[in-house]
This record gives sequence, structure tokens and C-alpha cells, in this order.
Amino acid sequence: MNNKLYGKLIFELSHPGRKGCALQQLPASHHSATDLPAHLLRSAAPRLPECDELTVARHYTNLSHDNFGVNDGFYPLGSCTMKYNPAIDEEVAAIGAFAATHPEQAMHHDHPMLRIYTQLRQALAELTGLSEFTLNPCAGAHGELTGLMIIRAYHEHRGDAARTKVLIPDSAHGTNPASAAVCGLEVVEVRSLPDGTIDVSHLEELLSAIGSEVAAMMMTNPNTLGIFEPRVLDITAKVHAAGGLMYYDGANLNALLGCCRPGDMGFDVCHVNLHKTFATPHGGGGPGSGPVGVRKGLEAFLPLPYVMVDAEGRHRVLTRREERPLSIGSIGAYLGNYGVLIKALAYILSLGREELRHVGPLATLNANYVKEQLRDTFLLPIDRVCKHECVFDGLADKSTGVTTMDVAKRLLDYGYHAPTIYFPLLFHESLMIEPTENESKETLDAFIAVMHKIAEEAQSDPEMVKTAPHSTPIGRVDDVLAAKHPVTTYWKSLEK
Amino acid sequence: MYRYFPHTSSDLQAMQQAVGIGSPDELFADIPAEARLQRDYDLPASASEMEVRRFFEGLAQESGTPRAIFAGAGCYNHYTPSIVKSLTARSEFLTSYTPYQAEISQGTLHYIFEYQSMIAELTQMDISNASMYDGATATAEAAMMAWANAKKATCVAISATVDPKVRQVVETYAHFHGFAIQTIAATGGTTDREALSGMLAKGGVAGVIVQQPNYYGIVEDLTGIADEVHAQKGLFIVNANPFDLALLRTPGEWGADIAVGEGQSLGIPMTLGGPGVGYMACSEKLMRKMPGRIVGQTLDNRGQRAFVLTLQAREQHIRRQKATSNICSNQSLMALFVTIYLATMGPEGLREAAQQSYTLAHELHDMLVATGRFKPTFASQPFFNEFCLDYDGDLDVLCSALEAKGIVPGVRTGLHTIMIAATEQNTRQQLHDYVQTVKAL
Repeated sequence: MNNKLYGKLIFELSHPGRKGCALQQLPASHHSATDLPAHLLRSAAPRLPECDELTVARHYTNLSHDNFGVNDGFYPLGSCTMKYNPAIDEEVAAIGAFAATHPEQAMHHDHPMLRIYTQLRQALAELTGLSEFTLNPCAGAHGELTGLMIIRAYHEHRGDAARTKVLIPDSAHGTNPASAAVCGLEVVEVRSLPDGTIDVSHLEELLSAIGSEVAAMMMTNPNTLGIFEPRVLDITAKVHAAGGLMYYDGANLNALLGCCRPGDMGFDVCHVNLHKTFATPHGGGGPGSGPVGVRKGLEAFLPLPYVMVDAEGRHRVLTRREERPLSIGSIGAYLGNYGVLIKALAYILSLGREELRHVGPLATLNANYVKEQLRDTFLLPIDRVCKHECVFDGLADKSTGVTTMDVAKRLLDYGYHAPTIYFPLLFHESLMIEPTENESKETLDAFIAVMHKIAEEAQSDPEMVKTAPHSTPIGRVDDVLAAKHPVTTYWKSLEK
Repeated sequence: MYRYFPHTSSDLQAMQQAVGIGSPDELFADIPAEARLQRDYDLPASASEMEVRRFFEGLAQESGTPRAIFAGAGCYNHYTPSIVKSLTARSEFLTSYTPYQAEISQGTLHYIFEYQSMIAELTQMDISNASMYDGATATAEAAMMAWANAKKATCVAISATVDPKVRQVVETYAHFHGFAIQTIAATGGTTDREALSGMLAKGGVAGVIVQQPNYYGIVEDLTGIADEVHAQKGLFIVNANPFDLALLRTPGEWGADIAVGEGQSLGIPMTLGGPGVGYMACSEKLMRKMPGRIVGQTLDNRGQRAFVLTLQAREQHIRRQKATSNICSNQSLMALFVTIYLATMGPEGLREAAQQSYTLAHELHDMLVATGRFKPTFASQPFFNEFCLDYDGDLDVLCSALEAKGIVPGVRTGLHTIMIAATEQNTRQQLHDYVQTVKAL
């Protein structure tokens, strides 16, 4: 990391009169935007930075040095599935002809690029055991919302509009209840047992009390603790018997690749995160992609635009409600984050049927290996086989006052990304580690050694651990200051 | 073993021993047998890199690359400078997660802060969030914000001149969230101001959404709308193309409370419409009601300026079912495209590109009308780089003739109407070719 050059904003590198681009010479015309009535024009030119191309190149290259990606080092961020993002996937997604295709070229023609959509859609259906997918949702949360809309539309279509409640385990990601609320549904929490799995007797109570109002139950499996819900078949059967549908949050699908499919567990609707399970890059927070699959009988509710294939294999994109009367409608302008879809299909084609089946077992073996090697120094609150991730409740020895936050920050000094911390909420000092199938035994061994070393440092020099990190471009930040006196633009930062 | 799995058989053996199992299968013993997949996936065999490349290059070849693109309607063929593509491909940006660990994520946090500053400046609004999925969903989120902000309201109003694709998304969100959308009629290709006033006079309008330039490319005169909407305690939402804001009056100057739109026009390749990036900016008083991530400036424990995700109390992972939005990511990498694009273009380059788009669109408009085969759909309305024309012949025949010459002619909006956009990537030779093809029919 380039500490010396840290700190400047592009605005602070601006020098009046510079620019980093050259356009065609367009000889004078009798048309100029200044012909527009003055009240339709902005009063002053935008204060954008004025930089030559090299200044731009250095600035953002230096900024990249202050970042940490999967290619920089081990990234055991639990629940985020930080896999390696293969280089070939990037290369094919950036092919010039794809990048230069306007969506309208495909909206009214049997465009070859639409075959990527249908091929990926079919592969996801096979991998999840469901009937059909839409690839339009732009992220996991967007997929959840789309899936819940489909569920509501299904019940409304059956004339059962009273189903307005969604059952969600208390261990769920915060996005589940938020998606339900945005979809106009009411959230009812299902309790967890002390071992982190769903309390089926509480579910039974809820179903007998409000079963006729239940639209669906949302479930993540393996759950947010990395534990497979052993009574999943029982749960899906009970919810179905009460007339509700089962929604599968695909956040943790990676663990099950090669072993088990949501459709076979009784789920009716599910979303898949292509940026987790199918190795498309997270991009610092997006663009992701959250395709949604449905079981047979729910296809008609999938969103617009809808990619149809006729008997001759020709593609047609349906955009009008009249053509798909039961559809929930549009949830985005076009066909989702298409560039991301290309990468996911490249990944699936690369691995193929032989290698995809190893993904879940290897990810699971890696997680259990880390769990077994760290249980001596870190508190293991749930002692059973985990799936793709394992959860510790901080250091085993709490007497030093060194917290999970401190351990996470100290890991940064050793060149690792931190695990997910303080989630799941079930424990006070949660530390969730997800190694993914791409990591080698040596990488895991080195990480395990560092975790042990930090545990020792917590004994020998707790103050040093509590003030970590020490070797990063910046130290711990003042979150309170940021929220109390929000400065969210350069312009605001100039005000005194 | 395989290129993405480093496990050798001796690794596997050692690891299994450490875990106390004989085969990885034992780790799945807790899955009921009925739910286990007992067969291979019905998928193609694993493909080599060469085969994968051949597959996609074959599709690309079949797709072809048009010589000239005149289609717009929300997705524009502006130029992406090489430096934008080369810097955004850096793996430190590409392969990182959301910047939760600020100490090793300053790269992402820093450019998002720059992005927010640039969006605030282009729109002349107080603050911007870190970006959203696309312009359509950002508009839907703005509608939900207006709905949540209203004390007594029955609907959110949207002009009929807003892109139908955007209106459809707003309607879907509103339907399920539980509020009504009223469509404000259009007259002569612009928002019918009498219809809008009448709707506002009846009361109960939580917000009014207009688009600038509107769907048909017309630059609408929005004078007075903000005051009318504010008098009824509603929010004024302007969906604006941020590229055009290089020259056009800004949402801030029109008195908007929320500015939203699609940022694809700022340096993002079209790629069949995605990924693009939705932007959202608002007035300071709405800051704590804005959805999405926000990056703020603060200090670290060494006294250095630093950037961090802030105001997270608004967000879904804290508020759960009390959240008014479920968005929990942004289009970060696409926001980086926009940031580097704007840094490269600068105010002068952006103005020049916008000016060229304007000029070429107006020249093509006049040349096509001069053929005698076209009439302006909306006579004497000011437009920026996109316009609608009615054709006196068979539009199918015309479009096929243009496509045969490698020209994407535009977007058809009616049986006889075509909407045509120009950008700085078009040349006068391309305009000439377009017109010659028309004349040859």
C-alpha cells in the first residue's frame, strides 16, 4: 500500500485549464445548445475536476493501493462468499461487441446475446431444482423483493389476498424483513433454538394461530450460522400444509452445490447471488445479480421484460403487460446486470458438471478445517459440523478485554481481510469465517497460525491488539463524528 | 486438482484427518437423504478456457458491431475513454467487498466520496447516496421516499412524459408497497400543466415525478412546479439524464427535493442495458430519509482525514422490518466508472461532448425533415440530443434498410414514429449515410 500518496481528493488535484479527453473535431455548425432558451440552461458550469490523463491514472491507481480485494489476500468474510473471480470471465464479458450492444437491438430482434440469458437461466434451474428463472434482479435484495412480489401475486391470483404475513427466523439477515416490509407484507419472527436452528414447535404454534394469513416463510439454509437446518423437509411440509409458500434465500447456496437443491427441499421460490455462488466479482459493493427461480406453476408471475423462446428456438423479449397478464410487472428497465450474467455463465461453463459438484464439499471441508484448528483458542458456541462457514463467539479467554473487533482489526495488520463480525446477532462477539473452496491448505494454515498468534498477543500485549491496526494507511475511524456532523461531499468539507 | 480448487489428494487426506472424517461426504450426513442430490447435474462437461472463449467470441461475431448507433430511450452510446476501462478493471477495486473495514477500504470509500461530490455538483443538490441499481429503481425508491414523507396522502403522481420503462417499475413497486400512482397527462409531448395543477388542487399527492429531458427528448419548462408541489406539502422529484446536466438547468435549480436518474450515459458501456447505475441526490433536510449507502468524511485515530460508511441507522441491516428500503448494496464499480469518466472529461470535455451530441442530433433532425419523408412528432419543442419523427412510409422497411447498412436507426415509439438520438460518437458521415438510405427508398 502506498501510504505516502494517501489522502488527496481528485478535486484537490484539479488545475484549471486541463482535461483528460480528446473528441472529434466538429467544424462549426449553426446548431448550438446555447440556442436553447436561457431558462432551460444551467447557470454555471459544473465544478468538476480538471485533470490530464496521467493525473487521473495515478490518482486512481494509488487509491486502488488503499483497497483490499480477493486478489490481494485471504478474504474470509463470512456470509459473503469471497471466491476467486476468474480472469476469463472478465475478459469475455468485456468483449467489444457485447459492450457496444444497445438494449433496443435485442428488444425487437432474435439477438444472439439473448442466448446467454436463456442458457444461464436453464443452468440455474438445474442447479436449484426449480422450473424457471428471471435474471432481471440486480442484487440479492432486489431478488428477495421480486420473489416476494411473485408470492403475493400468486396468492392474489388465487383470490386469497388475506395472506399478508411472512414468517422469518430471528437469525435471518436484516434484508429479509426489510424486503418483506417494502413488499407490503408484515413480518412475524420465528424463534431459534439455542443451537441456532429453527424452533419448529414455535413455527407450529404460529401456523396454528395465523396459518391462513401466512403468505410465505423465508429461510436461509444453511442458516446464517452456517448450520444446515436438519428439519427443513418438515418445515417446508408444515408451511405448505398451511397454504404458505417457501422462499429460499440463496445467500448460502455455495455450501450446497453438488449436494442438495432448494427445489428438492420443498422451496417454491428462491434467489441466487451470482456474485457469491457463481464467482462474479463483488466490485466493492456491486454490481451484483440476484436471479429468482420459481417452481412449476409460478412461471407466469415472473417479471417483465420476459425472454421468450419459441418452438424454433427464436428469442423474443416481451415487455408489455398484455403479453404476460399475470406477471408482477417490471422491476428494472432492461434485463438486469447483463454484463454480470455473462461472467456467471462463463464460470458455469468452465466448471461444468464435473467441477461444480465439488464446490460445496470443498468449501465445507475448508470451513470445518478452520473450525477444528481454532476451537482451542476461540469460543465455539455451537459444536457441530458446519457447512461453508463457521462462527466463533470471540476469544475463549475473555479476561484480557480483547474483543472480536480488536481481533478483526489486528488481522488487517497481518495482511488478511477480517471475517464478518458481530453477525449473527445470536452471540455477543460473533466472528464468522467463510474460507470458500478456492483457498489452499497452506493459506488456511497460515491464517490459523496468525489467529493463534493474535490470541497470544491478547495475553502478552492486549493494548497493542486493542489499538490495531498499526500498519494500514489509516487507523480506526471515528464513526460517531461522521454520523453526528455528516460531511458527504467535497463541497460540504470546504465549509467551516 | 482443478484450476480453481487447489486441493491435492494429500491435502484432502490431511484436512479430513484433522476434521475427523473419512470423506467430505460425511460433512453432509445431516442432510436428509430425500433432499440429497443423487445424480450428476444435467449440465455440459467442464470447458477449457479456449472453449469458453470460443463460445462467447462466436456469439459476439454473430451479434456483430453496428457501424452507427442512433438508439437512445434511456441508454446512450456515449464514449468510454480507455483510461476508464483500464482503471476500473484493477482487481483491488473489482474483487473487494463493500467497504466495511474502513482501514483497508479507503480506495472504495474515497472514490464513492468523490462520486457523491460529482453527482451533487451535476444535479446541484445537497447530497448524493453511493448509487443504486439503475435509474428506474432509483425513481421507484424516490417515490417510496415521498410516500413515507407524506402525512396524509393517497398517491404519488408521475408525468406521462416519463420513460414508460421507468413508469412501469414505479408502478410495480407502488402496487406492492401499497400506494397508488396517478399519471399526469401529456399534451404536445410535455407534461400537461393544467392537469398537474388540477391533480394537486385535489390534494393527497405525496410527490410529483417528471423527467428531464423527457422520454421524447424534449427539454421541459419546469418553472413553477416546485412551488405548486411544495404548497401541497409534496416532494418534487426530477429524473434527469446527468450527462445532459453539463449544459441543462439542474434539478436543484428547478427546485427539486430529490434528483434521480440513470448514470449509464456517464461513461458506462451499454452492454444490453446493464449494469448501469442509478443515482439519487436530495436536499439536506431529507438526508436521513434517503435510502442506500452514504460515505462520509471523518478522522482516524491518527488525526488523518478518512472516509467511512455513515448514517447507517437508516439502513435495512439495522432497521430490519422498519426500513423504508431494502437496498443493502450499491453499484459501486459502476459509480467508479462515472467518477473516473467525469474526472477524465472535466467540465470542458463534458460540455464539448454534450454540445456535439446536441449539434449532431439537430443536424440529423433537420436533414431528415428536409427529405420530405418525416415530420416532427412534436413541432417546435426544444430538444437536446434525442427527438421523435413521424415517417410517411413503412417504418419496418425503413428500419430494415438502415439495419442492413449497419445503422441502428433509433427506437420505435409508435406505428409511424421513431425516436432518434445522437452522441459525440456519431459522425457527419454517419448522418449522411442515414439520410442517403432514407432518400434511396
